Amino acid sequence: MLRFGVTLAAVLVAIGGLLSLRHPRQAEPNYRHFHANAALSSIASIVHGAVHLDPQSIIQLGLLLLIATPVARVVFCVVGFGRQRDRLYVAISATVLAILLYSLIKAGR
Amino acid sequence: MSLLLFTSLVFLTSVLAGLLGALTGLGGGVVIVPVLALLFKVDLRYAIGASLVSVIATSSGAAVAYVREGLSNIRIGMFLEIATTLGALLGAYLTARVSNHWIAIVFGAVLLFSAFASFRKKPPPSQQTPSGPLAARLELSGTYPSLDGEKSYSAQRIPLGFGIMFGAGTLSGLLGIGSGAVKVLAMDQAMKLPFKVSTTTSNFMIGVTAAASAGIYLARGYIDPGIAMPVMLGVLAGSLLGTRILVRSRAHTLKLVFALVIVVLGCEMIYSGWTGKI
Repeated sequence: MLRFGVTLAAVLVAIGGLLSLRHPRQAEPNYRHFHANAALSSIASIVHGAVHLDPQSIIQLGLLLLIATPVARVVFCVVGFGRQRDRLYVAISATVLAILLYSLIKAGR
Repeated sequence: MSLLLFTSLVFLTSVLAGLLGALTGLGGGVVIVPVLALLFKVDLRYAIGASLVSVIATSSGAAVAYVREGLSNIRIGMFLEIATTLGALLGAYLTARVSNHWIAIVFGAVLLFSAFASFRKKPPPSQQTPSGPLAARLELSGTYPSLDGEKSYSAQRIPLGFGIMFGAGTLSGLLGIGSGAVKVLAMDQAMKLPFKVSTTTSNFMIGVTAAASAGIYLARGYIDPGIAMPVMLGVLAGSLLGTRILVRSRAHTLKLVFALVIVVLGCEMIYSGWTGKI
């Protein structure tokens, strides 16, 4: 399951990468100075771009999937501890999950 | 430099970083960030964002096997992840407040520590004292397979370990690295867990810790597709290759060479940060 997430993410990133190299937006890389790109820094706009097959957005979608993989693992832990009726550890893993979701909500907007 | 050439060079460098990171157990992040910043003149924030993403990729791939073998303790990992993820949020918050100069200096210091830590002798199995009330309450004990059968262990000095883990999470969020060396220090030195359990549990935790700061990085635009793409794919490929090689050889000379490279990069980062070049 985790491997599946990482593999799928890598495939998406590779596809997006090849597409973006075939149709480059700029001729030369420009990473010397930091400038935020709003279109590629929120979940909503990334999904929107990927649906329209924008190469850069496809890469970002793959990276989003990659970030979601450890989150999914924590979800499984909450469920797993729940099955074992280990209330303390359901609470502990739910706390970790809440912290992770807080961070993702920041990116959601 | 054309975009294609730049991307190819970054990819090849990342493969090498991932390979060395896997062989030495330090992870690819500690090499790729300084190389991107010093050699490719990439802004530190882009370098850190790309590295963090590659950390998630390598950790999620490797951790599965260890959980199956019963070497990593999921309860200990999960409990300590409260500390590391909170630390990671703080670290990600700090990257926007602290100047690049200071981040470079802290990064250099962590590199020097990592090089030193990778040469620490594997400590002899510590005497197991009976588990304290806190360890019993939190179920922080377990058994692991060793050469002479199943061995049991129990966590000691839990508040100290928890505190160091918070620091490890902060470094991870601030620098975009897995900070595995600090996590192992917390478990193996402070909490007196068996070395093998510490390293594998640390691997289990790295991905979750990194995910906690990744959302904030993404929202700030630190994760740029053009640079994260070659870094993530390269480090992942390199670390998969490295794990294969590791099974066959002990790679002692390589470890020595790598440690020297890390020391040089560490000094260079501190120097560049100090003189304001980064």
